[in-house]
Amino acid sequence: MLQNHPTLAHIVGRAGWYLVTFLVAITINFFLPRLGDANPVDTIMAKVSEGLDAASARAKEEAYLKEFNLVEVDGAGNVRRDARGKPVRTSLGRQFINYLGMCLRGDLGSSVLQHPKRVSEIIKAALPWTLALQLPTIVFGWLIGNGLGALAAYKRGVFDKLMYPLALLASAIPAFCFGMLLVYVFGIRLEWFPTVGGYDDGLTPELSLAFFRSASYYYVLPFSSVFLIVVGGQAIGMRSMCIYELGTDYVKYAKLLGIKESKILLYMFRNAMLPQLTGLALALGTMVGGALIAEMIFSYPGLGMAVLTAIQGNDYPLISGCTLLVTVSVLCANFSVDVLVGFLDPRIRAARQAGK
Amino acid sequence: MRLLRNLLKSPFFVLGMSLFVLTLLLALLGPLFLNLDVNNRAGLAYMAPSARHWLGTDHMGVDMISMLVAGLRSSLYVGFLAGSVATSVGTLVGLYGGYKGGVIDDVLTVGTNLFLVIPSLIVLILLSASIENGRSLTLIALIIGCTTWTWSARAVRAQAASLRNRDHVALARINGYGTLGIVIFHIMPYLLSYIFMVFILQMAAGILSEASLSMLGLGPYDSVSLGKILNEAKTNEALTDGAWWAFAPAMVLITTVVFSLYIINTSLEGVFNPRLRK
Repeated sequence: MLQNHPTLAHIVGRAGWYLVTFLVAITINFFLPRLGDANPVDTIMAKVSEGLDAASARAKEEAYLKEFNLVEVDGAGNVRRDARGKPVRTSLGRQFINYLGMCLRGDLGSSVLQHPKRVSEIIKAALPWTLALQLPTIVFGWLIGNGLGALAAYKRGVFDKLMYPLALLASAIPAFCFGMLLVYVFGIRLEWFPTVGGYDDGLTPELSLAFFRSASYYYVLPFSSVFLIVVGGQAIGMRSMCIYELGTDYVKYAKLLGIKESKILLYMFRNAMLPQLTGLALALGTMVGGALIAEMIFSYPGLGMAVLTAIQGNDYPLISGCTLLVTVSVLCANFSVDVLVGFLDPRIRAARQAGK
Repeated sequence: MRLLRNLLKSPFFVLGMSLFVLTLLLALLGPLFLNLDVNNRAGLAYMAPSARHWLGTDHMGVDMISMLVAGLRSSLYVGFLAGSVATSVGTLVGLYGGYKGGVIDDVLTVGTNLFLVIPSLIVLILLSASIENGRSLTLIALIIGCTTWTWSARAVRAQAASLRNRDHVALARINGYGTLGIVIFHIMPYLLSYIFMVFILQMAAGILSEASLSMLGLGPYDSVSLGKILNEAKTNEALTDGAWWAFAPAMVLITTVVFSLYIINTSLEGVFNPRLRK
């Protein structure tokens, strides 16, 4: 069946590839934090063991060991013990299998720092903020950057001479530098915009006009800090893509035929867009990383801030929960772009049909 | 020689090279004129720029100019080391896969693409967070090099694959050269300019990655880097205290270094790839 549907075959093939990538990512996510010798139970115990006698401290430690899946548990939910009465530690391999099972159930364990809270709860609260910040910046930044790049390549002259170095400069500024600069100039010096958090202190996240107004007011600076950098990077790529397209025969021919400039620009834009779309898939990881760090600069209540507090408090379950979520989102976005390119690019379509 | 003449004609190259050489000189010659002891509290916290301290002092009262030169040295060191590791690993993987083709190439390509898609900052965060003790500048540079090589491998592979069917490669094979010999002596020389451009971009990426890690509080424990200066300024309220000298010069330095590397790269691209030159 698949042979008769080249597009479907493409999608299935890519899906398989991303599944493998996902498995590698989850393995990395599990094993890297466990390279060090830090142990979540020790971290919590250091906090709560004060003033406890030895027996109740041990009982508490065992309860935590059980909670973080570090000891073997029998069918009745009791901790399994060796001959000397010590709890049997789960092997790393077993832990990994348990972890995979938990991930599939959407359970990412509990946070060490904010202890009884579940990681998934913390992430659920942070995720909408990150999505609201990153999705529009990347999509609009990509569109406007590409428009500017194409225009610069077509017009050349003063516009290009001005735009190109500016775009290079914008893409060279690290996201956090630009963020700090905005905080200082527009937040602290001019006091135009708030610089810390995502909404006014007295409000709670809800669907009201007051909250929306406050949130959009806080949104301006973080948005601009990521947006300009994305625009710069995309404009550079699109410009060189379009200069290449301008030298091709079809553009020269279209010009000789006297086709309207705007129409030629449209053709050119369509052809140069495809490599840019693939480029977007590859650059997405870097963009998301930069945006996460921008979030930290503005103490924006999203995932970036969650990662930062988790790192400061050695909260491994929270760190790996956040990193896993970011990786999975980047993989999903990449997969969508891949599928989209398969639909849009006539060359890929033709190659697949010819190969059949 | 003609190459150099062409390069010198490009205003971007001249600008980028002079900026880069300037920062390099500052990093190399700075220690001759300045006391780079970053633990030396020469004044009070956040003193404004004055004749004694040209760029003021940081939150500990250390002279900012000493901090900046020390930070610049570390950041350039990370850039060179991480860039070299990333470029050599990427080049080797790319050249080998591109020349060999077949199953080995497929495996290497799948592996490269895999790590290209997984955000490298995430891997960096996970790795650095797990190495709590002994996170030295050199170790961080090596880790960065080992996580950012993927796109240079991808870029080099495409170029190597286009060379593998050239006649001189076939001749070398007939003459009994081994795979490694062919890759190094008969394919790499054609790609040197390309590899050099990759190295420049990898260096910029290394400097930026280290700064990002430092901003997260995962920076080196044994040295001051530009990213660490920014992180300290942020965590010690330099922004709200209005102590612009504690962060603005570091921002300018890091942006200058990365910007100069970017425009050197674009100007090289223009010279090596005449289609872009007009």
